[in-house]
Amino acid sequence: MKIVVCIKQVPDTAEVRINPETNTLIREGVQSIIKPYDMHAIEAGLQIREKTGGSVTALTMGPPQAETALREAISMGVDRGVLLTDRAFAGSDTWATAYALFKAIAHIGADIIICGKQAIDGDTAQVGPEIAEFLGIPHVAYIRKIEDIQANSIVVQRLMDEGSDVVESSLPVLLTVVRELNSPRLPSLKGKMAAKKAEIEKLAAADIGAEEDQLGLRGSPTQVKNIFAPGVKKDRRMLDGPAEVQVDILVKELTGLKCL
Amino acid sequence: MDYFLTEEQMMIRDLARQIAEEKVVPVRAELDEKGEFPWDIMRTLAQSDLFGLFIPEEYGGLGKATLELCIAVEELSRACVGVSTTYAANALGTFPILLFGTDEQKKKYLPDIAAGKRLVAFGLTEANAGSDAGGTQTTAKLERNEYVINGTKQWITNGGEAEIYTIIAITDRSKGPRGASAFIVEKGTPGFTFGKKEDKMGIRASATTELIFDNCRIPKDNIIGKEGMGFVVAMKTLDNSRTGVGSQGVGVAQGAFEEAVKFARKRVQFGHPVITFQAVQHMLADMATSIEAARSLIYAVSRFIDSGAKDVSKESAMAKLFATDIAMKVTTDAVQVMGGSGYMKEYPVEKMMRDAKILQIYEGTNQIQRNVIGQALIKEAARNKS
Amino acid sequence: MFIKIDRDKCTGCESCISSCPYDAILIREEKAEITELCQMCRACLSVCPEGAIAEVREPSDEMEKGEGQGVWVFAEQRDGVLAGVSFELLGIGRNLAGMLQADLSAVMFGASDADARELIRWGADVVYHCPDPVFNAFNDEPYAGLLSELIKEYRPEILLAGATPIGRSFIPRVAAKLKTGLTADCTSLAIDAETKDLLQVRPAFGGNIMATIVCPNSRPQMATVRPRVMKRGVYDESREGKIVVIHGEHLRSGTKVKETIKEISEVSVNLQEANIIVAGGRGTGGEKGFQLIVELAEALDATVGASRAAVDEGWIPYRHQVGQTGKTVCPKIYIACGISGAVQHLVGMQSSDIIIAINKNPEAPIFNVATYGIVGDLFEVLPVLTRRIKEVKGR
Repeated sequence: MKIVVCIKQVPDTAEVRINPETNTLIREGVQSIIKPYDMHAIEAGLQIREKTGGSVTALTMGPPQAETALREAISMGVDRGVLLTDRAFAGSDTWATAYALFKAIAHIGADIIICGKQAIDGDTAQVGPEIAEFLGIPHVAYIRKIEDIQANSIVVQRLMDEGSDVVESSLPVLLTVVRELNSPRLPSLKGKMAAKKAEIEKLAAADIGAEEDQLGLRGSPTQVKNIFAPGVKKDRRMLDGPAEVQVDILVKELTGLKCL
Repeated sequence: MDYFLTEEQMMIRDLARQIAEEKVVPVRAELDEKGEFPWDIMRTLAQSDLFGLFIPEEYGGLGKATLELCIAVEELSRACVGVSTTYAANALGTFPILLFGTDEQKKKYLPDIAAGKRLVAFGLTEANAGSDAGGTQTTAKLERNEYVINGTKQWITNGGEAEIYTIIAITDRSKGPRGASAFIVEKGTPGFTFGKKEDKMGIRASATTELIFDNCRIPKDNIIGKEGMGFVVAMKTLDNSRTGVGSQGVGVAQGAFEEAVKFARKRVQFGHPVITFQAVQHMLADMATSIEAARSLIYAVSRFIDSGAKDVSKESAMAKLFATDIAMKVTTDAVQVMGGSGYMKEYPVEKMMRDAKILQIYEGTNQIQRNVIGQALIKEAARNKS
Repeated sequence: MFIKIDRDKCTGCESCISSCPYDAILIREEKAEITELCQMCRACLSVCPEGAIAEVREPSDEMEKGEGQGVWVFAEQRDGVLAGVSFELLGIGRNLAGMLQADLSAVMFGASDADARELIRWGADVVYHCPDPVFNAFNDEPYAGLLSELIKEYRPEILLAGATPIGRSFIPRVAAKLKTGLTADCTSLAIDAETKDLLQVRPAFGGNIMATIVCPNSRPQMATVRPRVMKRGVYDESREGKIVVIHGEHLRSGTKVKETIKEISEVSVNLQEANIIVAGGRGTGGEKGFQLIVELAEALDATVGASRAAVDEGWIPYRHQVGQTGKTVCPKIYIACGISGAVQHLVGMQSSDIIIAINKNPEAPIFNVATYGIVGDLFEVLPVLTRRIKEVKGR
């Protein structure tokens, strides 16, 4: 079984703030991590390999520093790391990202493609299903359990609003996973040593036969018009005084509004 | 301080620390309270290759040695000595096979041990034989192709949980200490059972039981080395494992020290954090100094052992003695720095203090370590005179 | 774009058949034919000795600005019951259509004609309804396939869908197919007065920052919106509209739903239907602090909520979590205690009618969305508040 796990290295977003004067992101001192859901994707790939044999390839798109994320994946037991890196990819939105990853996956070849549920860097949860559409293969999103896997099919549980669906899919298939699916393993020493030595394959736009006008900013249908820190509610009322007084005012207001 | 660790040694430290922080710290209080064996953590250690650290590469290990093992033990002990005891006792039980086992024995057992599939225990102590190994009463009699073992081992770490036991039994009482031999006994062998699990003051996550042999028959080939080599096997095993116990001391002292510093920065008395008071600073200074001294000694002795030195009894005894005595002192002082809070189970230092006590007792009490050092000094003095 | 075989040139030599990685070419009546399995990979273009296979560019495939018109909402159903988010989408859709002076249409797969009429009463001018049984269970490919077909045919300017497990799963496939932008989890939508573009606001970077996204050139402009973020429109019993029935017999799926397991967590239902929610965050400091939250909630007959920080600390189970990675709620009163107000939390509760924030730090962003702000220690404020509430309620 050929398994490809798409991962993304992102800044630890709990730390990201916005500069209120310039309205730009403050990223200094923010550590990069593999996005949390991707750890579950890697674990799922490794578990499938343990059952069916085969190989797990970690694929990421980003600047050369994104190699760190691939090495981290290798330290967990992934066989191979592929970095999609080219200035042509810069500024890609989800459509252009999905297109580039699709081209890379078509180049590498895969029976099962696994993505995290969403990137904390954008939280869009779109890339996985878009890749599946480009590849012309089925996908199942938000899977929380893999029930069975055969040479030509897989049965998974998909999380829905009020429970879950048991879904059977033909292969090749793309899966996006949720946290519940597994608990990601820690790296192993042999893995860490392998990760240090591992040769990370680098692919550029030309290597995967991607069309330039579909990539990066040019290939992105959406644009970020502006970013801003959330503003203040217009009718806000800050209360004053000791706790007793504040509570009194509040209870009076609420009673006045017939809320109690 | 920078100990000029290699890149791989730092990798081992970082991984052991990650496991300690992510997998051990969150559960240590519960394991302690329930006296629960840390199987989940052992599985994580296995998956992370840490059981194979000191086992040669040809048997599926990583081919590292004493210093690397000490680094891993230290990091685990920083979080929980109960867990590190389980891990270190596995190494202790493996040393007899590693040092004296035949090729067949190594091929049979080491790969599983390296993969963490089967846990090991070492059985020396008995009711009448602790510090005095000569008092061993368990016997092994050769009957055709089998040894028949009878007797009871006491306070055996990993007892009941381990699948492979390396034990010492008397094969020829008339020869005194030269009449002991070492054997491998597997769990499940008829006639081999376990006593009840002991209820201990500290290291409560680790399992301690009796090993009971009642006409337990094992293949003749399960002897380690030759008949009569039992005490040599035991002593060499202990020579190799003492630095590990010392590392447990360094680790638990470091853990307690960090808790004390964290607390002293937060706790305000007389309008200031208590860390601003000299009385507290001096205690912390002494704690930090003795930890660094102990770590330096452990690393130096480990490197000495790894250099291939022949006789390491004195040095390894010094390392164990010094590091575990400071562990008791530092953990006690950590409780003192934290005052009433330190005494409460809400904070981890009271557990660390309970855990530290065993380090002065097991694998040769610190009194016995002083004997070992003393005897070595006598030998050296005699040699220098001539 | 599509691949076409010139039947006059084709000799039926079959050399193209093996070139297709998707088995999309078959021979019928001695001529090659491209089936719907075609993924337009172009592998066959070069193999035909007669040059009978050609790529046909349809200008209609990628829609551009100025081409589309009308606002569409995808009206989602589960087990034949319309999801509440459908009516909310019609609410915001009506506003957008008003600003564009365009029609509002709904697309509904599955469910009944009666449901289609219900959508009209909630504000739709036209309902495209495909009642085919293929939609009895949710499978991405027929959903994405048919919606893409309809969009190509009718060319809406805007398409909105619910950010539900269904919408988030298949809508991206539609965006990929049509080469257009999709903005997930929008918290507000408006029309740019000048460019007439859809302004799509969503939290970014784990939710500490908001971003306005536009899709200036491609059409339709697509966005998903989480349930309970938008208000429903006006229900009008007498509204009239048009229902267009769509056929779906040709739709295929590589996935099959074998079984559906129902699990309804009482708490999550309560959170979403609660009139009052009392929620605690990191400032509660632990289970002790949460006890004060629970006591106030009991006095108010309210439901207990929590921020991600409190859930991550293990003080309260995940099912109580409000926010982007938890539930989106919209109660009459939301009382946030010791919650700093990361956007990730705010997007899950800021459409509540009245928000009361209690926090020690006067700079906490939670005060930005608060109706009433109390700067103070929750350990002091909550017991007093609980006591006063009990007095007022005469308990």
